[in-house]
Amino acid sequence: MALMKHLNGLVDVDRGIISREIFVNEDIYRAEQEQVFARAWLFIGHESQIRNPGDYLVSSMGEESVILCRDRSGRVHVFLNSCRHRGMKVCRYDEGNTIEFQCPYHGWSYATDGTLVGVPFAKDAYGAQLDRSQWGLIEVARLEVYKSTVWATWDRSAPSFLDYIGGYKVYLDLLLDAWDGREGGTEAIGGIHKWLVPCNWKFPAENFSGDRYHGVSHRSVDMVGIGPSGQSRRDMGERNQARWLDVSFPELGHSMIAFLRPHDAPLAPAYQDAPVVADYFRRCEEERKRRRGDSWRLFGGPGTMFPNTSPLARQPRTLAVWHPRGPHQTEVWRWYFVDADAPPEVKDFLRHYYIRYSGPSGLTEQDDMENWNYAHKASRGTIARQHPYNYEMGLGRSTRAFEDHGLTLPGAITDVTVANASEHNQRGFYRRWRQFMEAASWDELR
Amino acid sequence: MSDVERLLLRQEVEEFLYREAELLDERRYEEWLELLTDDVRYFMPMRRNVPHDETEREFTREGVDISWFDEGKDTLTRRVRQILTGIHWAEEPPSRICHMISNVQVLGAGPAGPSGTEIAVKSRFLVYRNRVETETDVLVGKREDLLRRVNGGFKLARRRIVLDQSVLLAKNLTFFF
Ligand code: FES
Ligand SMILES: [Fe+2]
Repeated sequence: MALMKHLNGLVDVDRGIISREIFVNEDIYRAEQEQVFARAWLFIGHESQIRNPGDYLVSSMGEESVILCRDRSGRVHVFLNSCRHRGMKVCRYDEGNTIEFQCPYHGWSYATDGTLVGVPFAKDAYGAQLDRSQWGLIEVARLEVYKSTVWATWDRSAPSFLDYIGGYKVYLDLLLDAWDGREGGTEAIGGIHKWLVPCNWKFPAENFSGDRYHGVSHRSVDMVGIGPSGQSRRDMGERNQARWLDVSFPELGHSMIAFLRPHDAPLAPAYQDAPVVADYFRRCEEERKRRRGDSWRLFGGPGTMFPNTSPLARQPRTLAVWHPRGPHQTEVWRWYFVDADAPPEVKDFLRHYYIRYSGPSGLTEQDDMENWNYAHKASRGTIARQHPYNYEMGLGRSTRAFEDHGLTLPGAITDVTVANASEHNQRGFYRRWRQFMEAASWDELR
Repeated sequence: MSDVERLLLRQEVEEFLYREAELLDERRYEEWLELLTDDVRYFMPMRRNVPHDETEREFTREGVDISWFDEGKDTLTRRVRQILTGIHWAEEPPSRICHMISNVQVLGAGPAGPSGTEIAVKSRFLVYRNRVETETDVLVGKREDLLRRVNGGFKLARRRIVLDQSVLLAKNLTFFF
């Protein structure tokens, strides 16, 4: 395959060398849409956004608009948001409740289960020609609801969602489980941040995969202090005594920065400026200890689930999707999570913290966007493209047999407590990316 | 209120809003903060595409949902301090920002709020930002303000900013409206 040979010189994960071409090249971007986005499991939305029959949320899979919808009988579907007749977007609302999706162009209408139910002048114009059963909305090949999050893929031969996340489940659960250790139990706060960033989608994806190195980016927010107790950007005390781990599943492409609290330390005080919140988290963590045994000590941070979904498993607890919008632009969607049964004061406190931390108005992330913007821009030139990026940090330091006082963890893990950072997770991401780009089908990706 | 009083009030309100815009455009952020009451509410919802007869769902809700801004003076002050660190890369080098404020309407004046007279004012904004080389954002929308009379002058007690965009077309919101 021509593309394969091409990538050989571009992505050398073993040496930690990656060409700028994969970020700025139009042909590679086009190939990504087929090789990566048409095959992988992608995040669609949260069940709490489609509670009732007829509820829908318009979302995105790669470049394309899709409708997440609960049909009249309660089943969840994901459809391509495009009419079968001439392609008109059948739903241009962001969310709502409906009996059917009527196309504004010539009026074909589709039931909430995707069936073509209405065709104007059907009898006279088409006679017996039109077989409606063949012309329903295009539906994803597979869909899975996992702890209230909805995921889908266009590829029928893709593995099940649980096989797709594999050992990463432990880390994804750190976002989706309640803080006190109960399975599930989180909800999305109303409102999805949506904004455009002028950079390739892989800049934010790899940054979230495990970039603990970019402290300089955020020094200004650390100086002014927006943390829950008014200091730095995240001033939860427990973080200071933790062991920091870059966790990667290179064979799957998923990763997270996790932290492990000491096995013998008492619960560290956190959220001291807000007694109700401090009390809530202390009670949750006592409960978590009882429920999970020694693995209570594992907490999550930012991560990336291949290809473009980034769970952030600590406060601010969020899930971001980096939608490709051409090689040089990304549309970010971000959902914000809280424990569904947290007291209102706690939810309100966290919501304020989330808004001042994250997204275009967040004091922290504003500086990320500036860096991704101009890193991308300065990599587009003819000369720039000839010089690859360096991903050598922490090469050869990971272990598949991580253990801490009897607690073992899945994944290839690099301890970065002392080193502060490695690029282990980023290498894992690009290893999988290259496999997707080279593979002819899922058979070669298992 | 007589016609003359109404005109004078309108004049006074416009002068306040233009002076505020001037401080922002001249990057005199600390002086700008002094124009805000200590209990100021600064709110900017996100907007959804919804059917024309379901407008109650168009905006994210203050105090409930995730929005672009939903904060008071403490966070606004930290935003200013961050810009003034000189290492807030999203505003370093500083952007060139211009606030065009127009369509000023004084909607009503009366003794409201905890401390004296508050005046409801509506206006339009066009905020132009240009930074580094060619990066340019134009953000247009409406503002609904509550101005409070303090020591003979005005202070801003509340601002609701309604941006006429759904997906935000700017990469960040490092400036004030
Ligand atoms: S494009 Fe939808 S009915 Fe023609
Ligand atoms: Fe960052």
